[in-house]
Amino acid sequence: MIAVVDYGAGNIHSVARALKRVGAAFDVTAEPAAVAAADAVILPGVGAAADTMRGLRYARVDDPVVAAIARGVPYLGICMGLQVLFDRSEEDDDTPCLGVLPGDVVRFPEGLEVPHMGWNQVRQVEDSPLFAGVPQDANFYFVHSYFARPSDPARVSGTTDYGLEFTSVVRRDHLYATQFHPEKSGLVGLRIYANFIRLAGQTPAPEFD
Amino acid sequence: MLTRRVIPCLDVKNGRNVRGVRFSADVDAGDPVELAARYDREGADELVFYDITASAEGRNIMVDLVERVASQVFIPLSVGGGVRTIDDMYLMLRSGAEKVSINSAAHRDPDLIRACADRFGSQCVVLSIDALRDPESDPPRWTIYLNGGRVRTELDAVETAQRGQDLGAGEIVLNSIDADGTREGYDVEFLRAVTESVSIPVVASGGAGSLEHLRDAVTLGNAHAVLAASIFHFEVYSVREAKEFMAASGIPMRLDPYR
Repeated sequence: MIAVVDYGAGNIHSVARALKRVGAAFDVTAEPAAVAAADAVILPGVGAAADTMRGLRYARVDDPVVAAIARGVPYLGICMGLQVLFDRSEEDDDTPCLGVLPGDVVRFPEGLEVPHMGWNQVRQVEDSPLFAGVPQDANFYFVHSYFARPSDPARVSGTTDYGLEFTSVVRRDHLYATQFHPEKSGLVGLRIYANFIRLAGQTPAPEFD
Repeated sequence: MLTRRVIPCLDVKNGRNVRGVRFSADVDAGDPVELAARYDREGADELVFYDITASAEGRNIMVDLVERVASQVFIPLSVGGGVRTIDDMYLMLRSGAEKVSINSAAHRDPDLIRACADRFGSQCVVLSIDALRDPESDPPRWTIYLNGGRVRTELDAVETAQRGQDLGAGEIVLNSIDADGTREGYDVEFLRAVTESVSIPVVASGGAGSLEHLRDAVTLGNAHAVLAASIFHFEVYSVREAKEFMAASGIPMRLDPYR
C-alpha cells in the first residue's frame, strides 16, 4: 500500500484526487507505523519549511519517512516534500530539515519575481522512470519561493530555467521528488503519478497505463 | 522559461455560470463543471470561480462546485467572492481550490491578508482589487470600490497593491471596473502602474474583447496572466486560439495541454 503522509499539508486532498484519477490504491495516513511499513511513500507539501518540519515532527512521521527511504521503498516528494529532504533551508531563519540528501534550500535572488508561480518547463537531464512518456521540456505547475541545491550533481534529475537554472527534480535510486505540483499539472502531471504507482508495483488505470 | 497564463473566469450564481457587464446584467453562460472541463482541454492554465452572490448559500454552492471540478480537472483552481474570514478560506482550500482571493474584507481589514498568509502560505492568498479610474486626476489615480463595485472607498489602488504584497499576498488580481464586461480592452495603464510597483504576479481582469487585448495586457501592461470571461464562454475565441495568438506575438506560452 502507498502511504500518503498526512501531517497537515494543504495540498493533500489534491494529491489524493490525482492518485484516485490514475487508479492508485493508497492510504492517507498520519500513523507513524503505517508510514514506516508502507510499500511506497508520498510526501505532499506546500507552504513554509518551518511549518512543514513542525508538522512532520508533531505527527511523529519525520523518522518513519526517513526510515522508509532508508529501506529503499519508492518515495515521491512534492514541493516541500522535495525541499525537506535536504540538510537545511534558509527559510524561516534557517530551518534544519530531514538531511536525507546533502545540500541546502535557498531563496530566489533579488530581482526575480517571487513566488515563482505558473507553468514552466522541466528539462530532463537523465532517463528517469518517473518521466516515462513525458516529453522533454514539458510544462508543469510551480509555486515556490525557495529552491534546492543538491551538493551531489548526480542527484539532479531535472532542471528548470527561471532567470537562473535550478533543480526541479531530484532522484536517488527509488527516491524521487519534484519541486512542481504534478497534481496541478494537467495530463502530464497525472502521468507522473501513474509512473510512480507503477514503480510502487501497482497498475495504473487503463488510460494511464 | 516561465510562461504567461490564460485564465478563464467563471462567474457563478446559484450554481450556474453567468456573465457580468460592468458588474450587473446576468446572462446564462452554461454549466460551470462542463465549461471547466472544456477549458482544461483547450489548454487553460488555471480557472477562476467567482461567487457573485457572495452569500452563505453561495459559499456552499461554491464548495460543492469546486469539489466536483477538482475531481476532474487537474490544473490550479482559484475561488473568490464573499471570503471574509480565515475559516471561509480554509473551506475553499479544503474543497480543492489552490488559491483564494479576498476582496472587500481585505480592504476593510488588511490584517486578514496577513492572518491568511501566515496560516496557509502566501501562495494561496490572492488580493483582488476592483478599482475605478478617477476621471479628473493627473497623473492618473485609481480608487478602490468594494462589494462588487457598489461602495466607494478612499483607498488608492496602487498603494493598496503594495501594502497587500507587504502583508503577504502572493498574487494580485486587478480588475478595472471601467473596462469590465465592455470588451474594449484592459486598462493597460492601470496594469503598468501596479506591475511597476510590486514584485508579485499581477493578473489582468476586466475588459478583454479581442486577442490583441490579451496580448497588450502582457506586452504593454506586464501582466503575468490574463483573466477573461465572456470571450471564452460564448466561444468568440477558444483558449487555444488565444494562446496561439499570444505565442505568435513572442510571449512564452504553454501551448499544448498534453505536454
